[in-house]
Amino acid sequence: MQEIGIKDIAELYADIPEKYFLKKPLNLPEGMSELEVKRHVEALLSKNKTCTNMPTFLGAGCWSHYVPAVVREIVQRSEFATAYTPYQPEISQGMLQALFEYQSMICELTAMDVANCSMYDWASAMGEAARMAARVTGRKEILVPKIIHPERLATLKVYSEPAGIRVENVAYERETGEISLKDLKSKISNETAAVYIENPSYLGFIETQVEEIEEEVHKHGALFVVGVDPTSLGILKPPGEYGADIVVGEAQPLGNAMNFGGPLLGIFACRDDTGLVRQMPGRIIGLTTTVDGARQGFCMVLQTREQHIRREKATSNICSNESLCAVASAVYMALLGPHGFRELGENVMYKANYAMNLLSSVKGVKAPIFESTHFKEFTVNFDEAGLTVEDVHKKLLQRGIHGGKDISKEFPELGETALYCVTEVYSAEEIECLADAIDRILGE
Amino acid sequence: MFKQACWDEPIIFNLGKSGRRGHLLPTVEDHVKSIVGDLDAIIPQKMKRTNAPRLPELSEVEVARHFTRLSQMNYGVDCGLYPLGSCTMKYNPKIAEQLANLQNLNFLHPYQDEQTVQGILEILYKLERWLAEITGTYEVCLHPSAGAQGEFLGTLLIRAHHKMNGELEKRKEIIIPDSAHGTNPASAAMAGFNVVVVPSDDEGCVSLGALKAAVSEHTAGLMLTNPNTLGIFEKNIDEIARIIHEAGGLLYYDGANLNPILCKVRPGDMGFDIVHINIHKTFSTPHGGGGPGAGPVGVSKELAKFLPVPRIVFDGTWYRLDYDRPYSIGKIRSFYGNIAVLLKAYAYILSLGFDGLKEVAEISVLNANYLMKKLKAVRGLALPYNSEKPRKHECVFSAKPMKNETGVSALNIAKRLLDYGIHAPTVYFPLIVEEALMIEPTETFEKEEIDRFVKAMQRISEEAYGNPEIVIKAPHNVAVPRLDEVKASHPRTMTLSWRMHRKRMEQKV
Repeated sequence: MQEIGIKDIAELYADIPEKYFLKKPLNLPEGMSELEVKRHVEALLSKNKTCTNMPTFLGAGCWSHYVPAVVREIVQRSEFATAYTPYQPEISQGMLQALFEYQSMICELTAMDVANCSMYDWASAMGEAARMAARVTGRKEILVPKIIHPERLATLKVYSEPAGIRVENVAYERETGEISLKDLKSKISNETAAVYIENPSYLGFIETQVEEIEEEVHKHGALFVVGVDPTSLGILKPPGEYGADIVVGEAQPLGNAMNFGGPLLGIFACRDDTGLVRQMPGRIIGLTTTVDGARQGFCMVLQTREQHIRREKATSNICSNESLCAVASAVYMALLGPHGFRELGENVMYKANYAMNLLSSVKGVKAPIFESTHFKEFTVNFDEAGLTVEDVHKKLLQRGIHGGKDISKEFPELGETALYCVTEVYSAEEIECLADAIDRILGE
Repeated sequence: MFKQACWDEPIIFNLGKSGRRGHLLPTVEDHVKSIVGDLDAIIPQKMKRTNAPRLPELSEVEVARHFTRLSQMNYGVDCGLYPLGSCTMKYNPKIAEQLANLQNLNFLHPYQDEQTVQGILEILYKLERWLAEITGTYEVCLHPSAGAQGEFLGTLLIRAHHKMNGELEKRKEIIIPDSAHGTNPASAAMAGFNVVVVPSDDEGCVSLGALKAAVSEHTAGLMLTNPNTLGIFEKNIDEIARIIHEAGGLLYYDGANLNPILCKVRPGDMGFDIVHINIHKTFSTPHGGGGPGAGPVGVSKELAKFLPVPRIVFDGTWYRLDYDRPYSIGKIRSFYGNIAVLLKAYAYILSLGFDGLKEVAEISVLNANYLMKKLKAVRGLALPYNSEKPRKHECVFSAKPMKNETGVSALNIAKRLLDYGIHAPTVYFPLIVEEALMIEPTETFEKEEIDRFVKAMQRISEEAYGNPEIVIKAPHNVAVPRLDEVKASHPRTMTLSWRMHRKRMEQKV
């Protein structure tokens, strides 16, 4: 204060009109010591029940997968954790290389050429994909399957509406759940900017008519947008091999904990096509050299698309993203490698199909309701048992098991149905316990 | 002299060896396999992956070593001063990190039954109330994943408000000062508005004359940062609020610069209808090299009905997630926000309390003014817009005199600072200052660290006037010398993934 010639810090606030200063303290807690904060927060969090003490068969956009110890260690390194966006590339090569490697490994998994270094989550990535498709094609209509996550659909609509984009849905086949090609053909036109599908779909089945859909989409000059669960890509055909122009998805399962649904990690990838790449949202890291050409290095590229330069003409307003989660995913992908991804996919699929198998043998249960191949999530219907999903859920909870997500209100036409999810973290024994518990509940 | 680690670390695709594994999965029980049968027969033929992804094959130790080496070629707040203006790079308390790594948070699924998640709901509910109290707003929504998403939500709320009044067709314009962050116009445009820019006056504040000329029946709202990006408090905020409200517009507060007024004055009391908060700035959660952050939005009572679902409600006994909000705009992302980040902010507020937060504001302002005073004496730097006026949390210098006299630009200064082991300030922003150096020291750096920065700036100035080459060719002491950013974005050389690199190499052969 002496140095700057003031006697009271209030002098530095003298330009703020007096009437705005708080006259009394706000209703906030008293400050606490570190130990008190720790005890306080731990006590509150211990009121929660978690997957560790209650087998929880929930998925639907946030999934319980194992996070290897190395992943945790790396993302806690404070050189990564406490850095800002790498605006000064020369002193931020570590983060830039890690993000470039994330982008590159996402490209390998999805068989796409370009990926950005993260979006907030799958839902907002999808919203941005719709806007990008509208910019690229100059058209204002997006077709999405009727079987879609309601939160993703809601987000898509919120992102689309101000840009004047209409979101229309395409019916599904009652037997398989897959998109009705007939309905798609009747709805697609030269006004369609993009057709979006998910693989595996929201309700867990694999959409197999990808070639037919791709042909239809490109015949009409629209973009083909595919949403993916990357844990399936060790065993399922990647969207880049069936003609996707843009791929979105959720990379939370690759090395990130659930944390009650956030942070998540939105995947955004596209083909190597200037018309597409220049319309991409978000930060992209590129490979370059030093000015003298002697060494390889990394920096942010195509910043002329972004808000700090293009302002209202930017492709998106996104700047802060989920970089540290992307680093976690990079470590995860590197740990697993191609064999690990195959085993992960197989492990999950075996477990989920085992659960379907056991549950469908319970009298009164239909699991799944669609005659399709399912990856890690599947529908469980209780109509024949005369019980609601809610009834079953409550009784399971009393037994210390958390059932799947109740979708009876989202899709009333599917009756009393829940969406169950099984991953590699569940043992056969836990799955058997679940089937046994449901059997008992239905027999009561 | 500072030297950053410089590992000659290959791209991960060039490490490892075919067949190596870094992580093993649990075995699938035999009886599970036999009941399910052969997956090869189950997966439809045309949906099988036939070409394995070309991921690297490494052992666990190779992965750990690779990323540890990379981390050593990165600079964070824990390494030293990180004075990026408007980014509020303060120290991130370690206890918050530990708490966010607890199993009772990490293993919570967002769709769990409400009765099994009462603890986290209580934390989030209280955090909403505290943030509402701090910003002087009625309700706070924790959903936005970052400040920019908070802005997007805010502009969507402006949209919803005018739509409900049947005026959306007419009210198409959002007014934004020329000193604003780039996200403001980008967010307004995303929400379907046209942007009207108003200039700053000689004092660096919004020109009232220009503002009056800009408002009309088409005005939907104004987006304002206060203190603004020059670190100057918009002293006419009363008049600004009156002009906008009388014109039927709403006032939006960009919370990037909330730090210096924390628990002193509140945006809500100044007439702002919508406020976003950058949790990763003001509330001290680490920025993670770009994210995750969180950008909660506070609103006036009138706008609360438009907030995204679900809202957390408390009936005195139970916390619940309420989806029954007929006027809600819907959703801007999945679930309820970046919870692990928000938990750290909860711990931060709990640690500091009202008095502590007020002290945060005061020390951040004291530090910025001390730094400004010291830098005014550095040759080649000018302080535009009333150089006698105190700043708040940050100050913006212009290196134009130095550039004219020595050829050393703001960018050169930034690069040379890296050589001294200090992160550069924000450069070339705000756009209204030529050769801008936008400097925000925050409250968490002690006088000695700030003096180290000042000393580095003095030496760079001496170098510029004595031996400018050393500054112009900087950096010399970090992992790599100057990178070719033009080449990186050039269509012929642009390489955005290893796959693109490989294809390019194959074409060359």
